[in-house]
Amino acid sequence: MLADRDRIFTNLYGDGDWRLAGAQGRGDWDGTKDLVLKGREWIVEQVKASDLRGRGGAGFPAGLKWSFMPRASPDGRPSYLVINADESEPGTCKDRDIMRNDPHKLVEGALIAGVGMGAHTGYIYIRGEFYREAERLNAAIDEAYVAGLIGKNACGSGYDFDLYVHRGAGAYICGEETGLLESLEGNKGQPRLKPPFPATAGLYGCPTTVTNVETVAVVPTILRRGAAWFAALGRPKNTGTKLFCISGHVNTPCNVEEEMGIPLKELIERHAGGVRGGWDNLLAIIPGGSSVPLIPRSICDTVLMDFDSLREVRSGLGTAAVIVMDKSTDIVKAIARLAHFYKHESCGQCTPCREGCGWLMRIMDRMAVGDAHAAEIDMLEDISRRIEGHTICALGDAAAWPVQGLIRHFRPELERRIAAFQAARSVAAE
Amino acid sequence: MSETTFAFSPANQERARHVMAKYPAGRQKSAVIALLDLAQRQNGGWLSQAAVDHVATVLGMAPIRVYEVASFYTMFNLKPVGRHLVQVCTTTPCWLRGSDQVLGACRKKLGVDVGGTTADGAFTLVEVECLGACVNAPVVQVGDDYYEDLDVASTERLLDDLAHDRASAPGPRVGRKTSAPVHGRATLLDGKNR
Repeated sequence: MLADRDRIFTNLYGDGDWRLAGAQGRGDWDGTKDLVLKGREWIVEQVKASDLRGRGGAGFPAGLKWSFMPRASPDGRPSYLVINADESEPGTCKDRDIMRNDPHKLVEGALIAGVGMGAHTGYIYIRGEFYREAERLNAAIDEAYVAGLIGKNACGSGYDFDLYVHRGAGAYICGEETGLLESLEGNKGQPRLKPPFPATAGLYGCPTTVTNVETVAVVPTILRRGAAWFAALGRPKNTGTKLFCISGHVNTPCNVEEEMGIPLKELIERHAGGVRGGWDNLLAIIPGGSSVPLIPRSICDTVLMDFDSLREVRSGLGTAAVIVMDKSTDIVKAIARLAHFYKHESCGQCTPCREGCGWLMRIMDRMAVGDAHAAEIDMLEDISRRIEGHTICALGDAAAWPVQGLIRHFRPELERRIAAFQAARSVAAE
Repeated sequence: MSETTFAFSPANQERARHVMAKYPAGRQKSAVIALLDLAQRQNGGWLSQAAVDHVATVLGMAPIRVYEVASFYTMFNLKPVGRHLVQVCTTTPCWLRGSDQVLGACRKKLGVDVGGTTADGAFTLVEVECLGACVNAPVVQVGDDYYEDLDVASTERLLDDLAHDRASAPGPRVGRKTSAPVHGRATLLDGKNR
């Protein structure tokens, strides 16, 4: 188990004071001026050396992403840092804890990330429902301005950095980076075609990097303790600590910071009180938020919780939101409910997603009661393949994968329900 | 709360100016969500056409662009709602932990179906997608606050409190702190973190 001394989010549960004084007592804002003065190249090199991968779901190497930002601005366009706090992936509630209990980690990280990207302005796009969390974040930002930590001559470093909170208003699609940018510009949150990528033309057509709350918030600690410390935790290319959200059928659901690569079984048994009714009562787990395919108990027994291990079993770490389902779960209904979610959240821009999510939802509703033909299982799979990869953004993929995971691992259950439904109907007809 | 006229109160005019100043010159349209939110709060929880038009005027936007935004985001109500907007999350993580029972308790207690408003105008009941508090499921949002770790009894008590305008502390209903495990906590045990 990760030792408490190696935890980054030491106020994860709000045991201590979230305000500036409390944060400074926990080591935040310590020597920030020196970190800023070491400069852009050094910051990016350190982040690269730590092997930090984005915590928002895709797992793209953070230092590399930051390095895509232009060095100079011949045409005078500013560069922007945009922090994605639109936490909406079902199962995921980690950024909420950072913003309400450790907001200064994010504010300090924003300054450092801003320097690393050459951005003098940052926007934190927070989902509208997180009203209280936005209040906290605004209060922390106000404190940082008053203390001279951000704003003109941030921390006395000579670097100017402004940071603003921007509230959304309820739309999962705004967690997609270009949908977020559209929303931030005052439009419907419909994603943009890439290229151009945001690093070339993002917010207001200016170079922009959109990055997750947790990714930004861990960086000051990485710089202070050293990239080597972070890189030594976890496994190669899957380094560091990670916030896990453990929900569903466990005895004590919780958020917890653990070492990347912890075995899934150990994570659940040590921190979430184990599966309700014991490990043998486990049916399946969605290991990385609703968008990743579920894995059945046989895989859960041994899989490690990191990007590459979960990809090897055809699932993903995603946001590290672990949704546990015991044997009492109607697994078809659980996935059908996710199909409803994606139908509701499709922005309507691309036909395969707008129409396909509705088809998936309606067929899944019938599958849940068995009111289908066996051949429709393959048809369902086929529809999901015609959505996946055929849309502007990844919402189409996210809608397809849970259904594909269900078919891959629970086809016999689908067939059983169809057979039972047809048998009941033929009895009724006699 | 008129349907035909709307203008920001002096306090909201000031708030609107403050929000618009966050964005670069010429990019004030970025404030549209924030201004619609201010308008909705001032207008008793919903956006009349007059309120949407007023926001368009303040921001110098074509009204249709503001309608597009108002109708795209689920937090904007384009019809009147009760004083308490009870939003029950029923997405899979909440569903696994009994959101059907929580929603059922709301239906029964309020005597309305999803989408309905009580006769006295006190409550509107809606079902929402994931609220992002999944380790504290099931979750209900009322106004700006989250009520977490609910069951039938605690949901009924919450609705009673709201009906009688009694203070009802937001957060977990099972005696735990935020997202920490309810017992058997294995991390952050060092006294200095408390």
